[in-house]
Amino acid sequence: MTAWIKKEHVALGIKVNNWEEAIQASGNLLLETGAVTEDYIEQMIASVKENGPYIVIGPGIAMAHARPSEAVREDAISLAVLEEAVPFGSEQNDPVDLVFSFSATGSDSHLKMIERLSHVLIDEDKVEQLRQAKTVTAVHQLI
Amino acid sequence: MAKLKIMTVCGFGLGSSMVLKMNLDGVLKELGIEADVFTGDVGSAQSTPADYIFTSKELGEKLSETAGKPVIIINSFVNKAEIKEKVEAELQA
Repeated sequence: MTAWIKKEHVALGIKVNNWEEAIQASGNLLLETGAVTEDYIEQMIASVKENGPYIVIGPGIAMAHARPSEAVREDAISLAVLEEAVPFGSEQNDPVDLVFSFSATGSDSHLKMIERLSHVLIDEDKVEQLRQAKTVTAVHQLI
Repeated sequence: MAKLKIMTVCGFGLGSSMVLKMNLDGVLKELGIEADVFTGDVGSAQSTPADYIFTSKELGEKLSETAGKPVIIINSFVNKAEIKEKVEAELQA
């Protein structure tokens, strides 16, 4: 598997109480490797407050992000699998337990990552396996 | 007939709208419909020329009044069956 998503950007069994903590947890994975700054996580949360929960793109799946900015150091994508799903306020697709975050340095640079991600997410079996995965290695192999 | 122009819309035009574009491209290809699918942010949806807008329920409800073009709401951007059903219902009517 190629490194379009890094192992250190995946975490399982994350406990959160609400959607803001969920985005924070997913964003922290990017923060810890220096892909983004703290500001970027705040921007991702602000975006949901402003535009609503449209980042919930499918049943139980959120894809948090903000605009390319100085808060982004590199193109990256993270995945926090929540121990218990939390509501994001999406009528159709709540509650959410797969929380992706991605950062983009420019408007096109992240396209390959999104393309890979789309291919995974449209496959219902794979998404179910993601939810059941017990180890980061297992997740990494799936995607 | 001119190629259809389809805009997929999300808050910034680079995340969820990109996922929807990829999956919509796949569906259109399967159905043999030729179209240019491109992404955009919610702010430019009104002023950008397009035949159709595809977006989420949250954004679609705001856009349908102002966009000046048909707005098709997709509940799950990763559900190929839903995308296909709506393309067939709206574009091939």
